[in-house]
This record gives sequence, C-alpha cells and structure tokens, in this order.
Amino acid sequence: MIAEFGLAALWLAAALAALQLLAGVLGLTARGAELGQIVRPLAVVQGVLTLLSFLALMVLFWQTDLSVKLVAMNSHSAKPLLYKLAGTWGNHEGSMLLWVMVMGLAGSFVALVERRLPEPTMLATLAGQAFVSLGFYAFLLFSSNPFERLNPAAPEGQGLNPLLQDPGLAFHPPTLYIGYVGLSVAFSFAIGALVTREVGPAFARAMRPWVLGSWIFLTLGIVAGSYWAYYELGWGGWWFWDPVENASLMPWLAATALLHSVSVLAARNALRAWTVMLGVVAFSMSMVGTFLVRSGILTSVHAFAVDPERGSFILALLLINIGGALALFGLRAGTVTEGERFALTSREGALVFNNVLLSATLGIVLLGTLYPLLAEALGAQVSVGPPYFNPMSAVFVVPMLVVMGIGPLLRWRRDSLARVRWSVIVPLALMLLTGAAFALKGVAVLPVLGMALAAGLVVASLLPLRGRKLRQVKLPLWGMVVAHFGVAVALFGMACDSAYTTEKLVALREGETVAVGPWQIDLVAIEPVAGPNWTALQATLSARYDGGSAVKLQPQARSFWTPPQQTSESALETRWNGQLYAVLGERAEDGRWQLRLWWKPFVTLIWYGGVLIALGGLLALLGRVASDLRRFIARDKIAYRKSRQGR
Amino acid sequence: MIRVLLLALATLLALPATAQDKLPPAPYAYRQLADPAQEAKAHALMQTLRCLQCQGQSIADSDAPIAGDMRHQVRARIEAGEEPEAIRQQLIESYGDYVSYAPVVNKLTWPLFAIPVLLLVVIALVLRRRLTARSA
Amino acid sequence: MSDPVTSAQVKTARWALWLPLVLFGAFVVLVLFGLLRPAEREVRSKMIGKPLPEFSLQPAIADRPGFARADMATGQPRLLNIFASWCIPCAVEAPQLLALKQAGVQIDGVAIRDKREDVEAFLARHGNPFARIGADNVSAIQFAIGSSGVPESFVIDGKGVIRYQHIGEIRPEHVPVILEKLQEAGR
Repeated sequence: MIAEFGLAALWLAAALAALQLLAGVLGLTARGAELGQIVRPLAVVQGVLTLLSFLALMVLFWQTDLSVKLVAMNSHSAKPLLYKLAGTWGNHEGSMLLWVMVMGLAGSFVALVERRLPEPTMLATLAGQAFVSLGFYAFLLFSSNPFERLNPAAPEGQGLNPLLQDPGLAFHPPTLYIGYVGLSVAFSFAIGALVTREVGPAFARAMRPWVLGSWIFLTLGIVAGSYWAYYELGWGGWWFWDPVENASLMPWLAATALLHSVSVLAARNALRAWTVMLGVVAFSMSMVGTFLVRSGILTSVHAFAVDPERGSFILALLLINIGGALALFGLRAGTVTEGERFALTSREGALVFNNVLLSATLGIVLLGTLYPLLAEALGAQVSVGPPYFNPMSAVFVVPMLVVMGIGPLLRWRRDSLARVRWSVIVPLALMLLTGAAFALKGVAVLPVLGMALAAGLVVASLLPLRGRKLRQVKLPLWGMVVAHFGVAVALFGMACDSAYTTEKLVALREGETVAVGPWQIDLVAIEPVAGPNWTALQATLSARYDGGSAVKLQPQARSFWTPPQQTSESALETRWNGQLYAVLGERAEDGRWQLRLWWKPFVTLIWYGGVLIALGGLLALLGRVASDLRRFIARDKIAYRKSRQGR
Repeated sequence: MIRVLLLALATLLALPATAQDKLPPAPYAYRQLADPAQEAKAHALMQTLRCLQCQGQSIADSDAPIAGDMRHQVRARIEAGEEPEAIRQQLIESYGDYVSYAPVVNKLTWPLFAIPVLLLVVIALVLRRRLTARSA
Repeated sequence: MSDPVTSAQVKTARWALWLPLVLFGAFVVLVLFGLLRPAEREVRSKMIGKPLPEFSLQPAIADRPGFARADMATGQPRLLNIFASWCIPCAVEAPQLLALKQAGVQIDGVAIRDKREDVEAFLARHGNPFARIGADNVSAIQFAIGSSGVPESFVIDGKGVIRYQHIGEIRPEHVPVILEKLQEAGR
C-alpha cells in the first residue's frame, strides 16, 4: 500500500505541476488574471506531495519491503538502520526522487515566502519552475519509477554497495542535491525575469537568498564528498578531476559567479543580462552534470545507472529546458539593458573580472571533461587529467585570487588603485616573501603559488574589517570576510598536502616499527573483528608523534557478504597540524602485513576552509534575510500607522 | 550523488569480484624505491598514468593488480635509470594517448590548449577595450 | 578627458547573445554522438603493424618451453594468447583455442601472474593448445604490446610483426575471423 501511495502522490504532484504551469501562463494574460491566484497554493501542495512520496519510499527502505523492486535490488534486511534509510538515495531512482522532492519543496518555499517580486514575474517564475519539474516528473514516472513492484517478492535483497555503507552517504548526496536543485529557483527566476523583462535590483534582491542558500549546500556537498572519497578510497587523494567530480564543480563555479554578479545587480543595478545569463547557466550545469553522470557517456563500462535510454531521456530534458532558456535569452536579453555604468577600477570592475575568470575556469573544466568524448568522435582515445587541469585552471584562478584580495577594498562605481596601495602592501609583501621562501626550499611551482597566495589572502581577506567597529560590522560583510578567509585556508591546505605529504609503503610483522615523517608507528596486532554485515581483519597501530604519548589507529580490511565485496577502511589520526592516514593491505607470503601510511601536514585545512566558505555564505544569507525581514516589518508598521491616522 | 557514483565506480572496477590471481603483488607494486629522489620521480609519473582496467583512476590510486604491475614497472625502470618521460612515451606507444593523463599538443588535442589561450585573449581584449575607453 | 564612468560601458553585440545557445547546440551534438556510438570501450593496442618488442619469458610449466622475441619470427604466422588460470573467460575460450590448434595454428601462451601448479591444473582440465608457455608475473609483456587485460590474443606474422589484436575471450564465432587474420598474416 505504501508504494502505491507514494506513486499516487507522485502522479498527483505531476498533475498539479501541469496545472501550475497552465495557470501561471494564463495568469500572465489579461483574461486569466484570476487563475494566477491559484499558482502559489498549487506550488505549495505540489511540494508537500513530493515530500510525502519521498517519505513513502524511505519507509519502504526502512521496512525493507522486498516486494518493491528498488528495495530488493539495493537493500538488505541485515543492513544497519542508518544505511537502510540513507540507501533510499543510494541508487538511481531514489536519488532522482530526492531531486524531484528538493525541487518541489524549493518551489513551495518560494511560493510561500517570496513577496518582493512583482506578481507577473512571480507567476512566470513559478510557471517556469513547474515546467522544469514536469520534465523530471515524466522522467521518474516513465523511465525510473522507484515504486515498481516485484511479483513475487524477493526472498532477500541484494544489498547496497559496501563502499556506500558509510555515514558519508547520509550527508553528502542530500546536501549536494539541495545545492544542485536549489539552483533551479535561480533558473526559474531568470526565466520569469526574461519573460516579463523585469530585471533590476528588486529582482536581484529576491533571487540572492536562493542563490546563497543553494550555494551553501553545494559547497558543503562538495566538501563532504571530497572528504568521503579521501578516507574511503584509501590512497589519500581528495580530488581527482574525475568527470563525476567535475560535474559537481561546474555548477559550483557558475553559482559562485552568479552570487557575485547578483550582488552587483542588487547594489548597483548593473550587469543585468549577465546575471540573468548566469542564473540560466548555473542550473543548466547541474542538469548537464547529472546527464554526464547518469548517461555513462564519460565514465566507461561499469558506472551504475548507466542506461542509454535514460541518458536520452535526460538529454531531451536538457534540450527543452536549457535550449529553451538560452533561446529565450537570445530573444529577450537584447531588450534588457546592461544597466548602470562603472569604471574598471571599482568594486564592480573587480567583480566583473572575477566573474569572467570564474566563467573561464568553468569553460576549462567543461572542455577538459568533454574532450575525451570529442577525441573519440574524431577516432582517438585521450585522457585529460590532473596534469592538464591543475596548471590550466591555475592560469585563471591565480589572477582571480589576486583580485579577490584587492576587490573588496575598492569603492563602488569608481576608485583608483593608488588609494588602496598602502592597504595591500602588507599582504602583497607577505605573499612575495612566502613565495620566495618556499621556492628557495625547492617546492614545486603550483604549491608555491598556492602557499604564497594563501599567505597574502589570509591578511587581505581581513582588510575590509580594518578601521571598523567589529560589533557594527554587518553580517553580509562578515560573510564575505569569512568566505574569502576560508578560500585562503583551503588553498594553504591544498598546497601543503601536495608539497609536504610523506608516504610510506611497508610490510611489517607484529611488533615491528616504522617511521613516517615525525611519527613512530608500531604494528601491535592483527585481529579478526565482526560488524553488523561484515567481518574484517583489523590492524592495531600504536603511533607516537615526535616521541609523545601513543595513540591507537585501527585500519581494517573488510569483507562484506551482501553483496560479497572487500573494502579497506582507513584509520585517521588528526592533529592540529595534519593527519596521519593508515591503510591495511594484504598479507605478504612471508607473513608480513602490507601497510600504507601517510603523514599529511595541514591537509584538514582543505575541508575546514571549505566549511568556512560555506559558513561565510550562511552569515551573508542570515544578514540578507534579517534585513529583508526588518524592511518588511517596517513597511507593515507604516501601513499600520497610516491606517490608524486615517481613522 | 556524484561522489557516491564515483565510489561505486571505483570499487566495481578495482575489484573484479571473484576471479583474482593468487600471486603476491609484484615487488614494487607496494614498495617504494630506496632512493627518495627516484621514488619522488616515480610517484609523480604514476599519478599521471591511467589504470587500464579501472579507467577512472591513476595507477597511483588503484588496487587493481594490473595497476600494481604497472607501478612495479615504473619503479623498476626508474631505478634502472630511465627518465620518466621515456617510460611514458613507451607506454603511449603501446596504448596510445589514453594511458597518459597528461595530454600533449598534437593534431587532435590542439583545441584543448588553443581554447584556453583564446579565452585569455578575449578576456584581455575586453579589458583593454575598457581601459582604452577610459583614457580616450 | 571624458568621464571614465560613462565611457566604460561596453555594449554587448546582438549576435553574442546567441552564443550560449550555439555552444549548447555543439554540446548536444557531441553527447548525441556519445550516446549513439557503439558500446565497445576497450583500450586497443597501438602496436598493430609494429614488430614485437624484445622480451624473454621463463617457462610457466615443466613440459613446455618458455620463449623470447626471436622465437616468434619463424616465417610462419603464430597466435600469441595472453591468459591466466584464475581468469574465467580464459576457461571459456579454451575449446576455441583447441579448435584453432586442430586447424594447424601454432599458439604460444603467456600465463599472467600465475603459479606453476595452477597453470598445470588449468591445462589438465581445459586442454593444452599451446606450443610454448611463458610466465609473466608482472604483466611486463602486456605493457610492451599494449594488452590491458586477460584474455587477449595477438596474431603475429612470420617476421614477428603484430598484425591483429583480439580482446576478450575467443568465442566460436570469432574462430573464422582469427583464422582469416592468420592467413592474411601468412601471405
């Protein structure tokens, strides 16, 4: 019954989306104005229905209802509860339902709280949201139905891929999806604005919290995914420029650019067409990323949910959504004037510079990701990996980071570099000194650049606070400072990891000792242990940092039985200045045990920096929402006073 | 989902389930070279060679046996004094550009390098236009 | 001097507004190709048409000799089969290899990462089509000839030049193809 309920809720939500689209479009015409009034309630109910549908699927996974095909294929009764629940989105259909639910909830959220936009733009926006949703409803219902029954029911489920049985599964996909799909709101706003030609500061202020919100989740999702891969894959790498990773980076780059251009539009009424364009591009990148991953055209043979039919379906969605939006842009953007003018040396100028460079970086990532496919079309196989992406993106990111240090110090509209030269001299000197120091030590070019920039930016990012009373600094400014500071922190972590990681591959007997960087590590024992649905060999390592007290690390080599598969669970010991990373390998013929050990100085700063970036976004969001609320309340008060005076 | 897929992919490819050889890994698959300078060279090269069976990972990040064997070959040849680029060249001769993550400029890959340059030129032109507009 | 603020505006050309759509169109064409192309995704050897590189393999079992590059250039085309006892598709292709041997093909095998007793047991069970069997415990010959898995088979002509690569197990329908390639190599 629950499965049928979930499916019915999904169908109903789809029908409401169709109605919402119709009412929204008719509501824009003179005769259908009354119809427009039902658009908001429709959006709200639609969101609730998708939520119910998703909860239904979650209950099915919780109960391990093996008469549902998806559950039987991807779950198992002996799985820990956390992974039963998180397993809801650990598969293609469930994750698409999560996508649709986030989209529905975002739509209902917009319908509930957004009151700043003129009503026609709002109608067009919600109609746009309904249109995009409809495509994804169709995808779910016609080619990826998560509620399909299995008759007869399976005696037992096939289990979840053991690599996914990790707390990371509970956190990473939902956050990433909220980020991905949250951008659909910005997309719909852009469509609405193009339809009604209402692009201005009010539009930007309405759009900004949605962009900020999605961007925060997207940032957290990527950070979480990177850390998950780092400890799960067992080789100490945290970013591989894999197509799947690039698929999450591209929307982030677009959303970051959008975030900054929307600020220019809100504050200065400039960059109108460009902002609308980015609004379209950001969510388009989410969809393109999903397509690249799901269709399996980039990752070869074994990627899961690789299904050319589904790929074609998503491609059709892309064609309609992105193609339609870009065509609308081509038609309408010419009538959207660029807005207020500004000098190159100004806050806007710096933001434009950053926007252009972020977009160029996005272009490089897209080019490098798709190039193997292009080469194949031309009859050859090529690989594009870190040796291409690292230096190429640095070409664009390095100047961008320099401008990131200076831009916030510039005034709006028009300024001169001469005015800020004394402010930037300290970070500039610090940058050059750090760079020179590490270069002399023989560190490679990219890490040197990274450390130099990080050193300069740590100071530069705090400069906007100089000469202000800290208590009076507004939240959005704090947000910017914290986020930019986070960039410097993450950059430093990346540079340190790449320049100073110590690797040790050894084979030890119990009782033997090895040194890794400043650590002394004893292999104390190797013992079998058992978990809920796995058994494992566990090494107990006793590690001392620089002769200090011993800490215990217990890496495991796990064997799961549903499905039968082996994974290695790394063990981590985190200190303030880095992380010790241990992996247990195979037993050699002479009875010694293979161990892989790394000492990674300051590696955790990569993710702390990422979290700071997201935190900065959160502060900015809180500040914006608070000031919107204040304005709202003030307006209500004035209205109240007026009504009393009138009496 | 992205990372989840990546992980799923990695295992599926790295551990071809039941049919595993019983031989211990090649000597240098999980052992470093004694000379740190040579090991650093080997490691840098291994990070840019593509595992042939896992297809989405470098041989430095893979547990697949053939990746272990390739690590062994790289380390052994570096130890014997070969230059990393010579080893890469020989592997490219065997497998084509696919095996190397570092694309080189040739008649097939030139756009990969020309487009970034083009982007830079466009950015420079746009900025110049603004700058000259200011001084005019 | 003009006002820098007013003159800084750059008007976007009309055609530039259509640029994103054009780029997206190119993307769609490209991925359409990706969706429609045949499913084969193997890494093919780039050594076809080139002479075998130098190698020398120890015997993998007692009653067959190992071999070296020089042994491959005998004036007659030969089939070089990369296999392993632990590889299931290798057992699947065993009858086809025997049939090829019946047809008079000279087959040399390379056992990859294998133990002597395992190879012997494998051959006892599935038959031994090989004239010579070399052992390669570190996949070196694979890296030299561009083979990326087991099983794979290479047609080598009488001068020791690689003429054809077959990836995966040889199924019954592949036997005529391989015979034809051997014949071509013999001409």
